[in-house]
Amino acid sequence: MRLSPDNWKLAILVGLVVSVLAAIALPPHVSFWIVGAMAALVAAAFVVNAYRRKYYGGLLVAPAIAVLFVMNIFPLLWSLGLSFFAYQSNQQSIRFIGLANYTKVLTNDIMAPANWGALVNTAMFVVLTVTAQMIVGFLLAMLFAKQFPLRKYLLILVLTPMMLSVVASGVFFSYYYDPTFGILSYVINAITGGQFILMDSKAGAVTGIVFADAWMWSPFVMLLVLAGLVSVPKYLYEAAAIDRVSKWRQFWTITFPYIRGLMMLALLFRTIEAFKLADLVILLTKGGNDTMTISYHLIRIANEQNKTSEGAAISYLMLFMVIVLTNLYLYIANRRSQGD
Amino acid sequence: MAENNSIWEALGFRKASGVGEAGWGRTLVVAIVSLIYFLPVLFIIFTAFKPQDAALAVPPTLSPTSLFGLIPQQFVFTPTLENFGSVFMRSMTPGGAPEATGFDRYFFNSIVIASSSVLLALVIGTLAAFGFSRYPLKGNDTYLFIILTTRMLPAIVVIIPVILMFRVVGLSGSYTGIILLYTAFNLAFTIWMMKSFFDELSLDVEDAARIDGSSDIKVFFKIALPQVIAGLAATFVFGLILTWNEFLFALLLSGPDTRTVPVAMNQAVSSGGRGTDWTLLAAIETLFLIPVFLVTFFLQNHLLRGVTFGTVKR
Repeated sequence: MRLSPDNWKLAILVGLVVSVLAAIALPPHVSFWIVGAMAALVAAAFVVNAYRRKYYGGLLVAPAIAVLFVMNIFPLLWSLGLSFFAYQSNQQSIRFIGLANYTKVLTNDIMAPANWGALVNTAMFVVLTVTAQMIVGFLLAMLFAKQFPLRKYLLILVLTPMMLSVVASGVFFSYYYDPTFGILSYVINAITGGQFILMDSKAGAVTGIVFADAWMWSPFVMLLVLAGLVSVPKYLYEAAAIDRVSKWRQFWTITFPYIRGLMMLALLFRTIEAFKLADLVILLTKGGNDTMTISYHLIRIANEQNKTSEGAAISYLMLFMVIVLTNLYLYIANRRSQGD
Repeated sequence: MAENNSIWEALGFRKASGVGEAGWGRTLVVAIVSLIYFLPVLFIIFTAFKPQDAALAVPPTLSPTSLFGLIPQQFVFTPTLENFGSVFMRSMTPGGAPEATGFDRYFFNSIVIASSSVLLALVIGTLAAFGFSRYPLKGNDTYLFIILTTRMLPAIVVIIPVILMFRVVGLSGSYTGIILLYTAFNLAFTIWMMKSFFDELSLDVEDAARIDGSSDIKVFFKIALPQVIAGLAATFVFGLILTWNEFLFALLLSGPDTRTVPVAMNQAVSSGGRGTDWTLLAAIETLFLIPVFLVTFFLQNHLLRGVTFGTVKR
């Protein structure tokens, strides 16, 4: 084997030997850095090798993959492994139990109904919040689509809700909904003369959460849709106007193709985020009135009850569903764009 | 959109002409909608200026001025700056002497952590996006999908292995640890956004430059990158907003020295056992809003023109 900076096979060999020796002989907080240095050595060899072979794709993607691997994919695989063990984060013992965690969270008399309930609620929240955000975001974008005086000063007002910290907006929405101090109850009481408590029923609590979430994140959808709207070349509208094409037809044949991709991206990211809805629920209802979501349920199981491996099992079932759903989205999006 | 070339036009005072322009009528309609949409934020900002008793008044006080008698006196409060002072200095025990709350440090932490991780993600993510767009690997779409899945699981699932890992490595409570984690947190969105921008660029210019003897590195920096500056601005703003307000990772991973404002905000509000301190929370949030608000405002033009460039498949 020749000694050269692009000899990645030699680098792997040296790296492995040194890493194993270091892991055996040295305490973990020292050996980690040695293993890290060896990984860097191997990486450097790959980089030089790729550069000499003009393999730019791998070169450009490598840093991102490396960071994601260490910070996301490795922890994900770890918790995937954990879901096959009996493990609680406040105890030392760990025991391989195969698929027992999965069968337990799916079929156990006590756990399963809570899990399914939380899952059904999450599905409901995903549908309601994402639909609301797409509609409100789309309508707001239509309002801002044309250039008009003071446009940028009004646009920033609409964008502000998504800049708020969830803690603040959650706490303040619970204040708006508060039966004693809240503005909502005050107005409704003044009209009806009764005592109005929004969070008293499931329908009310869900409405409250969906309203707050949709208010916060519609601007995100708006911004993406708006970007599509302003990108439509104006001559297309001018041509359509000459041909006396109706506004409705103009929208579907000219505007919609330009915003479809962006709406899909917004839909994708908002659905993924909506599946993780937890903080607003914690701040507004603490899961009361049957508003528990799967993500909040996970926080309870994994963090408060220390049932780490069962939490991991639930989250992998959840990941499976999100993957199926997003693949469906991407499939539809790709088929549509190829259909043109 | 035409270029702005005078102060008046920059302010938006310009005649409605041609397709895609509307006049002051549209301004009026949008102003009403925007203000209604902005009301919950306005209420928070007003609460930051309220004395304690006005914040707890029933009915809720709504305005610092009666607007020449337009608003009934019971809804009006006298504004004060006291709350902003107590963000940084207040007595922690009832009747105790005022102490420094450390919020200056938390603001500093938030700025350092959010800006460096978003910038880092932007650099790494843009390179990767260009790679995915121009030099597709075997199984390109699979890589992109795996990158997307890193955003799909709730933070709580990823966090336990990360905590253990950081403890072993000695990164818990350090800037490096949390910045790296946030960088990864931002990468998925950055790559997907930037890839769609690069996908939209015309390849003809790049090919022409290559034929004229430009290196691939030069093509990236001199031709591709200048065309997506606007996209970089958009991605930066979205990333900044998400990282700036991130709560769960920060709660579980930041140490006393690296605590960020959302975590400290949560503690300040729920500590003391006197129930929620609305005015204090409002004051913290109002101060906390200013930096992202300013960044978004100044990048706003890019934001619109930016996303314009990319993402739309043609």
